[in-house]
Amino acid sequence: MGKTVVEKILARAAGLPAVSAGDVVEPRVDVAMSHENAALVINQFLEIYEGTGREAKPWDPSKIAIVFDHRIPAESPKTATNQKRIRAFVEKHGIGRFHDIRGDVGGICHQILPEYGYVRPGQVVVGTDSHTTSHGAVGAFAFGIGATEMASVWALGAAVNVEVPRTIKVVVNGEFPPFVGPKDLILHLVGKLTAQGGNFRVLEFHGETIRRMSTSGRLAVCNMSVEAGATSGIVPADAETLRYLREEAGVTDPLEPVVPDPDAVYERVVEVDVSRLEPQVACPHTVDNVHPISEVAGVRVHQVVVGSCTNGRLDDLEAAAEVLRGKKVAPGTRMLVFPASGKIYQEAMAKGYVAEFMRAGAVVMNAGCGPCLGVHEGALGDGEVAVSTTNRNFKGRMGNPESEVYLCSPAVAAASAVAGVLADPRKGR
Amino acid sequence: MPKVIHVTGDDVSTDAIYPGRYMATVLPTETPQYAFANDADFNARLKAKEFPAGSVLVGGNNFGCGSSREQAASCLKGYDLTIVAKGIARIFLQNAINLGLKVVTVPDVEASVGDELELEGDRLVNRTTGKSFAVVPLPKARQAIIDAGGLIAYTRKRMVEAPAR
Ligand code: SF4
Repeated sequence: MGKTVVEKILARAAGLPAVSAGDVVEPRVDVAMSHENAALVINQFLEIYEGTGREAKPWDPSKIAIVFDHRIPAESPKTATNQKRIRAFVEKHGIGRFHDIRGDVGGICHQILPEYGYVRPGQVVVGTDSHTTSHGAVGAFAFGIGATEMASVWALGAAVNVEVPRTIKVVVNGEFPPFVGPKDLILHLVGKLTAQGGNFRVLEFHGETIRRMSTSGRLAVCNMSVEAGATSGIVPADAETLRYLREEAGVTDPLEPVVPDPDAVYERVVEVDVSRLEPQVACPHTVDNVHPISEVAGVRVHQVVVGSCTNGRLDDLEAAAEVLRGKKVAPGTRMLVFPASGKIYQEAMAKGYVAEFMRAGAVVMNAGCGPCLGVHEGALGDGEVAVSTTNRNFKGRMGNPESEVYLCSPAVAAASAVAGVLADPRKGR
Repeated sequence: MPKVIHVTGDDVSTDAIYPGRYMATVLPTETPQYAFANDADFNARLKAKEFPAGSVLVGGNNFGCGSSREQAASCLKGYDLTIVAKGIARIFLQNAINLGLKVVTVPDVEASVGDELELEGDRLVNRTTGKSFAVVPLPKARQAIIDAGGLIAYTRKRMVEAPAR
């Protein structure tokens, strides 16, 4: 019987000839990623060793990655002290894959891991962040876990008692119309599957649209797979994966792509044709409340956010800058741009996108999570509406339960900044 | 007999259970004060210790969806609540089990505030209405962790049994 890509990855990582959905396995972990919540991981990690007489030492510091992104620069003494504790731990244990608050090598964890070639096809990647699903974009099995579970991984080097998930095969065909892209695809899919349609399941992506899609687009698609509740999204490694890792991430060591068998057993198959897809918008307050732009255009917008691990890459900034070219952010609307990494920020400067944003009246802030999680900056006032390229619009997500968040692509976000209302980027061209 | 103290709708996210602005607070001893902080009334009643241990919060579908923040489980564990929900999002369920927060998935559950609920084998009985509902068993992979009393104890035991590095 054929195997899905995740069944093959887990069999390899668990040292077994084969595994099937429902089996319980203990895969060794290739990458263990945390951000500021490493503060809690460290606390739990030390607690594991209490009374054992053993020295609390992570199993393999070279497999741990820690990236500061959620609250940078620190917004409070509490956060700054957490960050200080983490730095001391990193130093003590020689964790090399540490990305501090920096303009050169800093950024959002889900951007840094692929950008620096830390994640590879066929790996098992765990992260103390639900959007760890992103890393399925390069053919890894990547999923979010809690801090205590990460502490257990640091101690044992394996994820304990993992149930092999069932897989939904998603086949995407057709060519994107102008101003429609990967973000619209994944919003549409989350609407179709619902916010819990993928719970305890993996989404495995196939089809000509995926094959032609850049790794940046695949990152956006896998990133938001968790918004359908999925354990992970994954694009089995192909020519584009190898191109990205070799040319963009600078990976030189051997790569071993893992692909599913042609007769793999899927729980079900979902087909999507994008050739007639409109720009999509997820309306408040759930990510699966998805409508085509034509149904929701005209809603008054106070704040536009472009950035995040979903849409803060160079092609996203380019799409937004293109729409803004020669135009201004509407009076009464403010626009905040957050590149996903320092490297992307520098590239965006070299390409003139940063200048274009500033000329149009947008504010370009430091690389990081920015206002995405409502803790750090860019809070909304009571009754205000944000249009954002981020991935969540839960009530209060951007820090104020009395505000509303609409999710969309960079093109829709930029068009809405110009219009001051939710707007269709295809209009007025 | 445990009483229902709160009933929610579907898709209650971890942002609602533990808002992002309190995420710099990480210790399980400190997180309970911010449980459901956006719901001032419920938060105040929790903090006033109005509800005895074992009291039940009834959730809808996809309870605990969203962020992997473990504070969402530890803040509820701090009040020793039991979560009964129609559906529970994977990471939250996993975090709850790892921390010893009691969670029960009951797809057809019908209960109102004040009802008395009781687990009887693989059924949940609403003593107030007389109805009973099927319970979905927890992922079998997690039973060993529950039996050990949580993931820290489980991992400690595994590590001590393993040869020293
Ligand atoms: S950008 Fe937002 S969704 Fe992405 S890791 Fe940061 S807080 Fe999470």
